[in-house]
Amino acid sequence: MRNDILKYIQERFKSDVIDIFDKSPKRVYIEIKSEAIVKVACYMFKDLGARFNIASGVDMREHMEILYHFTIEDLDLVISLRVKLAKDKKLEIDSLAPHFKAANWIEREIRELLGIDFKGHPDLRKLLLPDEWPKDVYPLRSDYEEWDKGAIRDRGV
Amino acid sequence: MAKTIVPIGPYHPLQEEPEFFTLTVEGERVVDIDVVVGYNHRGIEKLSEKKTFDQVPFVVERICGICSTSHPFAYTLAVEDIIPMEVPERAKYIRTIIAEGERLHSHLLWLGLAGHFLGYNTVYMWAWKLREEILDVMEILSGNRNNYAMFKPGGVRRDIKAEDIPVCMKKINSILPTLDMLRKAVMDDPVLAARTKGVGVLTREEAIDYSALGPTARASGVARDARKDSPYAAYDRVKWDMIVTKNGDVFDKVVVRVLEMYETYKIMKQCFEELPSGEIDAKIKSIPPGEGIGHIEAPRGECFHYVKSDGTNSPVRHKVRAPTYMNLPTYKATVVGETISDATIILAAIDPCYCCTERVAVRDVKGKKLYTGEDLVRLSQEKTKYMRERS
Repeated sequence: MRNDILKYIQERFKSDVIDIFDKSPKRVYIEIKSEAIVKVACYMFKDLGARFNIASGVDMREHMEILYHFTIEDLDLVISLRVKLAKDKKLEIDSLAPHFKAANWIEREIRELLGIDFKGHPDLRKLLLPDEWPKDVYPLRSDYEEWDKGAIRDRGV
Repeated sequence: MAKTIVPIGPYHPLQEEPEFFTLTVEGERVVDIDVVVGYNHRGIEKLSEKKTFDQVPFVVERICGICSTSHPFAYTLAVEDIIPMEVPERAKYIRTIIAEGERLHSHLLWLGLAGHFLGYNTVYMWAWKLREEILDVMEILSGNRNNYAMFKPGGVRRDIKAEDIPVCMKKINSILPTLDMLRKAVMDDPVLAARTKGVGVLTREEAIDYSALGPTARASGVARDARKDSPYAAYDRVKWDMIVTKNGDVFDKVVVRVLEMYETYKIMKQCFEELPSGEIDAKIKSIPPGEGIGHIEAPRGECFHYVKSDGTNSPVRHKVRAPTYMNLPTYKATVVGETISDATIILAAIDPCYCCTERVAVRDVKGKKLYTGEDLVRLSQEKTKYMRERS
């Protein structure tokens, strides 16, 4: 059952799947092209009935990476869709929020913490950072430097 | 009818995590709701990157004061997933005992608060008194009433002494009669049923669409529990049932939590009885490059951690997803269409790490009328009183 699903994903999205890394019986990482994220994610969420755990963005220095974690509960399997975004191009990817509501908040969070734009997101206000946070400063990027010297004083240090 | 904005927030002294709600109301009906979070964004994920793998459990333990064990638990599982490895049997049982003890006291805490919001201060007192017994047990086992510091990648930090087990069992057994009384009080009270049945309904489809978790999802008929779906620690070695109800209203959320406490009792009892002997720590030497995922069932739902290692002694990325992150947006589906006096209990029903009702101010568009958070709790309590007198 588990292997059938992986095989089927590979065949159905033949041109979009770059690599399938079968890490352990409970964990699979599938690298896909960034254009195909809506297609594959909607297939996982709606057709396979997987639950959307969360997405996690990482600044890998050479490129940006987003992992979309899905759980298929009946099979006890976590499938993570890996998307790599080149840094020399505009950092943007299609939003999943119009397709299922669970993706709404995390896309807002990734946008402000890593500076990746989500095309078609219905509500792009800030989620976690304060309104006075400067533009183009993204705290989870590897080149982030502390900009607010006053913050140290507030912490009582 | 003129629309009125009701701001709720951003600080609440009972439970941590400040949130700010904007309720748009027409008369007494809520027509729209919006949530602003991030008032206390502590940057734990960034902080983790500067700590070693052994230090991170202490950091994540302080994310939440109530479910303080679920974060280190999910984190240690994520680190063990990188290697990958199995922890010793005894450590698995001890982990289960600690996690379940936490669930018991967290559910009792919530039940007390829910009773308070509805004007049943007796429930509040009883539930919190019972909770003390559980906190005593946790203190005997770990030395702390909260922030137990029991978890480390590879096992647990402290062993359970054989002579402590009868004392703990006696204390846990002692709460059962009162728990029975509370269960009957909740299930049979006609006023409580009238206040909570059919209120704040989250349908099955909405629960799936929002990927709701834990008791919030299980009350809506979505059988979803990481302890059953993806057994970790000793959950596949003990006998227990998943509690699922189908109505999705506040009443069902109460029922799920109350019945779950009995299952938790069963799990703890079996773990104490069957506790195997042996090592409690697998002693991890080094953590190779790679990535790992750990997810566990916290009292409020699945807690999810993702850790990426590059072979050094600290993680390069650590993603933390607490259950409330997925449960909070369901407000949009549950509060809209209900009255203001019910909003308090619906907002509380998902058991958010929640902080809203104290600094509540209700005003009309011209800014004339003003309610505070206390007024809202009073409003909710008066409604119960009114219904009790009428019935």
